[in-house]
Amino acid sequence: MCVHRPNDEQALGALISDAAAAGRKLELRAGGSKAQIGWRAGIADIVDMSAFAGIVDYDPAELVLTVRPATPLAEVEALVAADRQMLGFEPFDHGPIFGAQSGHATIGGVIAAGVAGSARPFRGGARDHLLGFRAISGRGEAFVGGAEVVKNVTGYDLPKIIAGSWGRLAALTELTVKVLPVPRETSSFAVVGLDPGRAYRAMARVQGSTADVSGAAFIPMQAGAPSRTVFRLQGARPSIDARTETLRAALADFGATDEIDGDVWETMRTLAPLREQAVLWRVSLPPKSFAAFVERLDRPWLADWGGGLVWLGGGDAEPVRGAAELLDGKAMLIRGGGAPTFHPQPAMLARLEERVRRAFDPAGIFETGRFDAH
Amino acid sequence: MTLKMPEPKPDILARRAEIVAALRAIVPGEGVIDDLDGRRAYESDALTAYRQIPLVVVLPDTKEQVAAILVWCRDAGVRVVPRGSGTSLSGGALPLEDGVLLGLSKLNRILEIDYDDRVAIVQPGVTNLAITRAVEDRGFYYAPDPSSQIACSIGGNVAENSGGVHCLKYGLTTNNVLAVELVTIDGEIVRIGGRALDPGGLDLLGLIVGSEGLLGVVTEVTVRLLATPETAKALLMGFATVQGAGQAVAEIIAAGIIPAGMEMMDRPAIHCAEAFVRVGYPLDVDALLIVELDGPEAECTYLADEVAAIARRNGATTLRASRDEQERVAFWAGRKAAFPATGQLAPDYYCMDGTIPRRRLPEVLQRMDRMSDDFGLKVANVFHAGDGNLHPLILYDANIPGQLERAEAFGSAILRLCVEVGGVLTGEHGVGVEKRDLMPEMFSENDLAQQQRVKCAFDPDLLLNPGKVFPTLHRCAELGRVHVHRGQVPHPDLPRF
Ligand SMILES: Cc1cc2nc3c(=O)[nH]c(=O)nc-3n(C[C@H](O)[C@H](O)[C@H](O)COP(=O)(O)OP(=O)(O)OC[C@H]3O[C@@H](n4cnc5c(N)ncnc54)[C@H](O)[C@@H]3O)c2cc1C
Repeated sequence: MCVHRPNDEQALGALISDAAAAGRKLELRAGGSKAQIGWRAGIADIVDMSAFAGIVDYDPAELVLTVRPATPLAEVEALVAADRQMLGFEPFDHGPIFGAQSGHATIGGVIAAGVAGSARPFRGGARDHLLGFRAISGRGEAFVGGAEVVKNVTGYDLPKIIAGSWGRLAALTELTVKVLPVPRETSSFAVVGLDPGRAYRAMARVQGSTADVSGAAFIPMQAGAPSRTVFRLQGARPSIDARTETLRAALADFGATDEIDGDVWETMRTLAPLREQAVLWRVSLPPKSFAAFVERLDRPWLADWGGGLVWLGGGDAEPVRGAAELLDGKAMLIRGGGAPTFHPQPAMLARLEERVRRAFDPAGIFETGRFDAH
Repeated sequence: MTLKMPEPKPDILARRAEIVAALRAIVPGEGVIDDLDGRRAYESDALTAYRQIPLVVVLPDTKEQVAAILVWCRDAGVRVVPRGSGTSLSGGALPLEDGVLLGLSKLNRILEIDYDDRVAIVQPGVTNLAITRAVEDRGFYYAPDPSSQIACSIGGNVAENSGGVHCLKYGLTTNNVLAVELVTIDGEIVRIGGRALDPGGLDLLGLIVGSEGLLGVVTEVTVRLLATPETAKALLMGFATVQGAGQAVAEIIAAGIIPAGMEMMDRPAIHCAEAFVRVGYPLDVDALLIVELDGPEAECTYLADEVAAIARRNGATTLRASRDEQERVAFWAGRKAAFPATGQLAPDYYCMDGTIPRRRLPEVLQRMDRMSDDFGLKVANVFHAGDGNLHPLILYDANIPGQLERAEAFGSAILRLCVEVGGVLTGEHGVGVEKRDLMPEMFSENDLAQQQRVKCAFDPDLLLNPGKVFPTLHRCAELGRVHVHRGQVPHPDLPRF
């Protein structure tokens, strides 16, 4: 195995077309904050993308930022924060989840992995904020998808499929994302002591109201502390004040609604309560399935996205995936275990995905075995 | 018409009777339309400059019938053009002489509404507005609101990734759809996406939305429902200059306000609309801005004051805030009637749909003014100011020889200008046949080849809606062979997007 460090698109294109011709595999790597997801099958050369870093263009008034993928996420966030803007999908650094230092995540990495935080159901995911990109395909060819404006339907929406593709389609060399204004103020609230079933009902009630939350999560009872069903309101102060009343009214049947500090959202980003778990699952579910899912598995967990996301500590692939499957969910393996990283797809869909992958990477050079069982 | 469509296959034309019979075996009764008058009703969509009577029209009742039709057509080598309500403004549903027109209008049932998870599952022929109508009494709505919402189908919205005046805050179709059921040309019925967000596989759903009927036929759509905002308030603001209005828009965004809608009209559009609906638009201004805020009353009032202050700072000469729902609707009436209103000025109008970076607006309007002189045709502009999506309406008279061609040439020149200033050919209406031949303005051969390889992954025989989107449709086998020499990135000097 060797490590390549191409300096520009030309070199990257040559590296990729040579690998395709020679039948070699390539694994794309920038900050390495998610390197522990999947495993190293040892059949691929590493392509260190760190030369593709830096801000290309940022125009706050247009709500658009163009940047090279290996730019540290922290640098991007600091840049836009200076103009009171943010990445609306609230990407986060996986470093702390793996007990490592934070600061290694890159913007390209969080887009390629489709990482989105607590605001996902309300402001969209990485897919919804990637407007355009430039990349080298598995054929070694440079191509673009999307554009640099927020509203565009010209041609296929390739940014959607690139976001969350985990480097399996093409090597990104530049990307354009939409940015949003930072909400002026944030308030957080909790109802304590609900069981998962009641918590789901409370979260559904709130999301069906005009409280317009930008976060709805659940932290189960642990070490004697009662469970907390938490909500986030953001916006201008008079708006938050009015919506606080709406929130309280929506939650009246569920208990008192207390204002809390915002640390809870940091917990959802770092998954601190699950840090000791050797095996970590990320389970996407229809929110409705949330209580039934967690009740089936006697393991520690946290829930976000109104119940639509469960982080589960431990559990074998069979019962976890079986329970998810039964409830229309999908379980992705984030840490440990030996199962395939992604939830297996139904056969017809798997064939379609395979054909789409071949459309970008005919020789399969970006398929390194990283996400297969081992 | 000047447009070149794929050459009709003579053997298919010759086998018309056999094809009709085969379709009748799949869809019994009225569902197959064979007579000339019946077929003529489908000869164009809302881009009426282009017409073609289809080989035959079929209106299936079930997804199983859709699947059987597609398999049969694949085996017989017959092309298929899917159609929803036929309101496309880019000719996406333009029939082919040798193609089956597959209408989805009979698949028009709402299958499920789940108020807890706030989703609705509907068939593709359900109209956009019908979804909101079905859930509004419970305080919910479906956010994307194309002006055609009373007529256009959700299947068509998915195919075009349609937007509306509220998409600045609430997103386009793609941001509001969770899943589709897709029938492939092989007759496979596949569920793509689901109620679980970001589940880990490739985001095929994102590819299907906006694919203009070229990848498969959508037979079911799962959409997100949102709680209807408590109140909405609109501000109507007139500016002496386009620059002033543009600066106000930039400052509203910079203040961290994302309005529910932010629309601009230029002088010709204002005059047209006012003459048509008489809602009291100021006539002595160069730009009119309508900003709508929604949410709790307290929020609307608070932010409306800020927006008003920004407008005043930038030289607004008229400034009115809606005091009640009736007045809010009146403010919008002129904007919503802008299209038909232009019909008062000229027998025909041609609606364009480019997007530009907002800061380039004054310059783009100036250059469009000059082009208007050069082409000898008037143009009125309505503009989704928040996201830079420009709708120039070119006025012409198709009965005057040469005017249609001049209108088309003017339209192409405008779209080239949009791309030149860093924008795109279409913000929400789709490429269809209309902008097909302009695609190379925005994309290199490599870019287009990559997009076409995606097409080939779904439809290797190029039977679904050929002649749309791609200026040249290469045979899939050919595309596989095209290869770049080592390290030779073609056109390394081309601008980035
Ligand atoms: C007056 C007017 C105002 C408009 N305003 C707006 C606006 O504000 N915003 C906006 O975005 N658009 C607008 N449009 C454009 C148009 O209404 C939209 O593009 C709409 O989504 C088209 O829907 P349809 O059902 O009429 O589709 P059609 O016109 O029938 O078809 C459009 C495309 O979708 C494909 N298609 C249709 N159904 C399916 C299916 N089930 N599966 C696969 N492919 C399918 C067709 O092949 C075609 O390529 C407007 C049009 C008019 C006439």
